[in-house]
Amino acid sequence: MILFVTAQQPFLDSPVDERFGRSPWLVKIETETYHWDALPNPGASQSGGAGVAAAQFVIDQKASAAISGDFGPHAASALRTAGVEMRLLNGEVATVQQAVQSFLQGKLLAFG
Amino acid sequence: MQIAVASGKGGVGKTTIAASLALSLAGEHAVCFLDCDVEAPNGHLYLNPVFDRQTPAVIKIPQIQAERCSSCGKCVEVCQFHALAKVGRSILVFAQLCHGCGSCTWNCPEGAISEIPNPIGSLEAGQTKEGIHFAQGVLTISEPMPTPVIRQLKRWSQASEDAVTILDAPPGASCSVVETLRGSDYALLVTEPTPFGLHDLKQALGIAREMDIPAGVVINRDGVRDSRMDWFLSQNKLPIMMRIPFSKTLAAGIAAGKPLIEIWPEYQPRFRNMFRQIAESIAKGKPC
Repeated sequence: MILFVTAQQPFLDSPVDERFGRSPWLVKIETETYHWDALPNPGASQSGGAGVAAAQFVIDQKASAAISGDFGPHAASALRTAGVEMRLLNGEVATVQQAVQSFLQGKLLAFG
Repeated sequence: MQIAVASGKGGVGKTTIAASLALSLAGEHAVCFLDCDVEAPNGHLYLNPVFDRQTPAVIKIPQIQAERCSSCGKCVEVCQFHALAKVGRSILVFAQLCHGCGSCTWNCPEGAISEIPNPIGSLEAGQTKEGIHFAQGVLTISEPMPTPVIRQLKRWSQASEDAVTILDAPPGASCSVVETLRGSDYALLVTEPTPFGLHDLKQALGIAREMDIPAGVVINRDGVRDSRMDWFLSQNKLPIMMRIPFSKTLAAGIAAGKPLIEIWPEYQPRFRNMFRQIAESIAKGKPC
């Protein structure tokens, strides 16, 4: 499955970013192959509608799940409609890699 | 003639000045008062109009006709505000993000988009006992976009050409202030002699200059001396149209909802005189 984690820097060991629409980077991970890629978040530079821009991007990348600190109402509505699972970071998760591990171990709470 | 009362900084006395200017002129001219501070319109507290007309303020938002839509995503692509998203074969509309620009409708190759009115507030109008034609826009709480309400208020109020229209602007220096100032003949900038008043006055003045609207300044709470204010005004050759001293009597009267000229009737001729100066300055076409 394809996972997206919001990140402050374009690396697997980057600190996670708490924001979905405004995080500078979206790290894409394919859980089967562990192939990953850091993509600039198109929402980060928008004056408005950042959440929808980020959600559209994640949906277009065929994501199954998105992990962030929170999801705004517009982004959440788009992701929910597209069937993208939303999971929340917790205090034990510091890096993107840890977020992926916690997700795979089922330790991240569902949003909403 | 349209005179916009703006400030940059909030709480400096825009509505106090606008209301007393309107009341001072009411006997001499046809006066129209537009409360353009649609996020918190409160000019009615001074002027007490009897509202007898109301209409909704709307934004036209897209409605997708699913049977015509080919899911090409062109509408999503052209929307600068991310008010549309494409999920699978369907298009989602986020009404609160829509600016009503119509780009999606215009660009849809299938003609699958129609526009429907989305109410975001209301417009209300009535007369005051002095005969002032009063109108205000009210943005619904939680709605994010004041500008369309202001635009519709100005169009709807139908002020006659020879009336003196006083527009009470919102605070700040954003789109809603620009929309209020648009088409105005004069910007009356209210400020107070504090670092905050001066800082925000510069922003408001920047807008007036950018829009080529002549401006003059009213210094409220004068006496709380900040010499930088006078220095700035003289450096920029900005006329000081009126000074109102800092006064507890005035503050108490205003807190009780009384207009300035009711508390200090001797200010009525001063407001009339200020209006004459504004009219002369407009007639001369003097830049600010």
